[in-house]
Amino acid sequence: MKQNYYEPGDLADFPNITEYAKEQGHKFFDYYMASTSAGKLNEREKALIAIAVAMTQSCPYCIDAYTNKCLSLGIGEDEMMEAVHVGAAMMAGITLAHSTQMRKIIKKKAL
Amino acid sequence: MQDNYQLAVLEKYNTSFNRKLHGPMFASGVEILQLNVGKRCNLSCKHCHVEAGNERKEMMPGDVLELCLEVIRGNRTITTIDITGGAPEMNSGIKVFIKEAAKLGRRLIVRSNLVILEDEDYADYANIYADNGIEIVSSLPDCNESRADRQRGAGFFRKFIRVAKRLNSMGYAKPGTGLLFNLVHNPVGAYLPASQKSLEQDYRTRLWKFHGIDFNTLYCLNNMPVGRYLDFLLASGNYDEYMQTLTDAFNPDTLKSVMCRTTVSVAWDGTLHDCDFNQMLGLRVSSSGHIENFDLKQLGNRPIVLHNHCYGCTAGTGSSCQGSLE
Repeated sequence: MKQNYYEPGDLADFPNITEYAKEQGHKFFDYYMASTSAGKLNEREKALIAIAVAMTQSCPYCIDAYTNKCLSLGIGEDEMMEAVHVGAAMMAGITLAHSTQMRKIIKKKAL
Repeated sequence: MQDNYQLAVLEKYNTSFNRKLHGPMFASGVEILQLNVGKRCNLSCKHCHVEAGNERKEMMPGDVLELCLEVIRGNRTITTIDITGGAPEMNSGIKVFIKEAAKLGRRLIVRSNLVILEDEDYADYANIYADNGIEIVSSLPDCNESRADRQRGAGFFRKFIRVAKRLNSMGYAKPGTGLLFNLVHNPVGAYLPASQKSLEQDYRTRLWKFHGIDFNTLYCLNNMPVGRYLDFLLASGNYDEYMQTLTDAFNPDTLKSVMCRTTVSVAWDGTLHDCDFNQMLGLRVSSSGHIENFDLKQLGNRPIVLHNHCYGCTAGTGSSCQGSLE
């Protein structure tokens, strides 16, 4: 039988993460709904943030869910890709910024 | 695509809609008479459940249009006349029908693709619509030009914008004129629309900011697995996932207000159906269901013919020709 660690069908199991810890699970969903619903930022803006985070965290479930969400909201392919580049640039910047630690150590250790 | 082939495909889907309901569903009156006046259309949209196009010959003849008028005159509970197609303008009998129907004082809707009004042979319809107080409902699947054109054909978006501006200048969607101009959003792909409220706000902002266009209401419709859209789902390998998405989003609360409860759909040949989708699948209200035998009492309490495409109208907040059922 062919199996993957990540199964597309498992996305439908997300509501069941309350299993074994109902109170915390329900509190998480309350928080999740409050955070991702329209507020000062509208649904489009929040969906674009979410897709960028999904990419940077390489979460296949989030990528699936938020690509569909962005399409449903009428967000353009070009807008989605711009959001991905924001995520990519942040990740590149974060990686390079950490080179400061490396460079500091190099310089300290050097004769 | 043959209707029996479509039904065979839908029949194979593993979660039966009929079984989900635990019993028959009945109509609760007839308030809307929806007329599909023909399958001929100047466009050949990729999602069209009618599979309309310029090559189609099926057109509602004058005697059937006259029978529809008689039914409306004789049944005051029919408060809405909803004309669709194809492009209704391509039926030569529709001008007379509109003028006669307007005299009856009912809500009169024409579903126009608008771009046909750029053709000089049909340009006079804009005035006919305004003069007769027609409520215009037009599909604009996306505010993004390339996406809209992808569904409805190259050049659609720019023509649509030009005609919409013309309608606005005639008073459509302007306060105090009573001329309603409503838009329809349906996804350009194998996914469901976001909430109507959210998309309407986005359409209103973008259409005004970038094109100076006003409209009254945005109706969000789910694409139904019927006709060319079913073809697309099958050919692209999206059919099972889309049906599962619809099924997962099944909302029993929508059953009390789905459009078929209060609608009778008349086909070009006068046969009667529960909705335009059943019409395209060849599912009649009964074997004798024809406009010449229209019986309001019987039709107002008829069992609705259901099949697996009905998941499309009952997913999420529901979907109808008047938009979401929220």
